[in-house]
Amino acid sequence: MGDKRPKSFYFLAAFFVAYVLFLYGPMFAIYILSFQGPEGGLTFPMNGVSLHWFRKVFEGNGIVDIGAAFKRSLALGVVVMLVTVVLSVAAGMAFRKGFAGASVLFYTAIASLIMPSIVTSLGIALEFRLVDDLMINHGADLGLGWLSEGWTTAMGLFTSGLGAHLTWTLPFGLLIMFAIFNRFDGRLEEAARDLGATPWQSFRHVVLPIILPSVVGIGLFGFTLSWDELARSSQAIGSVNTLPLDLQGLTTTVTKPDIYALGTITSSVSFVVIFVALGMMKLLQARQMRHGSDAGKGLV
Amino acid sequence: MENERSSLIAWLQAGPMMLVFAAFFLLPLVSVAIVSAWNYNEYEMLPAFSFRGYTDTFEGCISGLPDLCTILKTYAKTIKLCFLTWAITLLVGFTIAYFLAFHVRSRTWQIMLSLLCTIPFWTSNVIRMIAWIPLLGRNGIVNQGLIDVGLIKLPLDWLLFSEFSVVLAFVHLFTFFMVVPIFNSMIRIDTKLIEAAYDAGASGFQTLVNVIIPLAKPGIVIGSIFVITIVMGDFVTIGVMGGQQIASAGKIIETRLNALQFPAAAANAVILLGITIVIISALTRLVDVRREL
Repeated sequence: MGDKRPKSFYFLAAFFVAYVLFLYGPMFAIYILSFQGPEGGLTFPMNGVSLHWFRKVFEGNGIVDIGAAFKRSLALGVVVMLVTVVLSVAAGMAFRKGFAGASVLFYTAIASLIMPSIVTSLGIALEFRLVDDLMINHGADLGLGWLSEGWTTAMGLFTSGLGAHLTWTLPFGLLIMFAIFNRFDGRLEEAARDLGATPWQSFRHVVLPIILPSVVGIGLFGFTLSWDELARSSQAIGSVNTLPLDLQGLTTTVTKPDIYALGTITSSVSFVVIFVALGMMKLLQARQMRHGSDAGKGLV
Repeated sequence: MENERSSLIAWLQAGPMMLVFAAFFLLPLVSVAIVSAWNYNEYEMLPAFSFRGYTDTFEGCISGLPDLCTILKTYAKTIKLCFLTWAITLLVGFTIAYFLAFHVRSRTWQIMLSLLCTIPFWTSNVIRMIAWIPLLGRNGIVNQGLIDVGLIKLPLDWLLFSEFSVVLAFVHLFTFFMVVPIFNSMIRIDTKLIEAAYDAGASGFQTLVNVIIPLAKPGIVIGSIFVITIVMGDFVTIGVMGGQQIASAGKIIETRLNALQFPAAAANAVILLGITIVIISALTRLVDVRREL
């Protein structure tokens, strides 16, 4: 383990570069191809350069309303992000104190994370179907006539759809909170308490500023995982489609580069969110470094 | 008194997440279990006890022997794809994690390069699947290149919409799930242990086999659980990359659902879940997941 790089380093570095090319190469191929000229097809070579296919996407191709799906996905993504952040931070704080049922919640979250998505999606679909059947057939008997009158379905973007996304994003949020608090110096909270801070003050002025960069990270996971979610939404979203669902539908019908243009648009949203989030995390960390500790600086 | 208040607050803090999991994860699983034992006709489920969902699924499995029936063939194929994907993602993921953990020395570079591997995970899976079309299609870059070089005369058909492209897409999408936990295990390995191995005369390979792999085992197991559960239940990747022609355990459920045979879909979900649980519990025998966080 000297200073000179062993031969294996160069071999592994080459492997890493190849892996990164493998990761990004195909993606960038379709970003480039989405700028095909009007005569261009699904593969290289480029047949001129134009924004033709983007125009086609915005005009709509008669099959699906992409604009509406875009707005739905964006709205759902923002809601999922906010709920994931709030619920994960709150639950993370609870795990620090410890509570009866902590390990039940932990293992439920892990199970939810690794559950095959089709099973979760099917389960939510069945659950809502059972509720719908109950309301339609027996709503009046249960004294819920005022509610079951004209009942069609409880399924929807912000009921079953939101729930399906949360079963995927919350475990990530919780695991990130675990990772944060494993490295968190509990003495900071004790110090705050000794100085007379209420639990809320200690959270607001001591804990939150320290964990904020990682909380932004939870938000990043929350939004991007929801924005791209497909498998869990597939059966559980109700009558409307999200953007990834429409995109998947198009893979079997579209033979023109407009599907690439749509891919480029969708990915641009992801990349903007990723870089804004990473930038915020960097800024917050830099601010912490500036304002953080004055240890070792002596008396001023 | 103080303690009671504190635990009440903890409950209030954890409560919302518990409720979400109860409503959208646990109750749905219960619904699957119940509906799997219901009867059904052509267009709706009938709330009467019946194992029809299960018996329909295994129809012809005994009478058709020694040939495998559809369901067993499908599971055999799913497990084969799963095994291939697992082996390749493990090999690639381990190598990448090893490079990041032991060969990249500065913390900043480690973070930058890890980010480089993570960013695609935050972008759309469907797009990352579609992205292979211009490369692997009949007129794609790979076929054109091979023809231009003179290696083949006609384009290769098996590059796209085949088992090959399905496994390729799985590796492309999910190696990330191997890299992260293995890397996480590796950076906790005390480098003194590795130096000690070298000092004691171990070769690089011996150190890898006898020191690093055993200590990275928790990460390997966690990564394996991720990859196996994702691939076993997958229907999107197999659908898109297999040109909707390849059957899988997940796709059976989707097909049954589209045919409105809910109890049959639920029965298949129970079977899939059972097999997945068997695989996972075999793997978790090897490691305590909670200690690794």
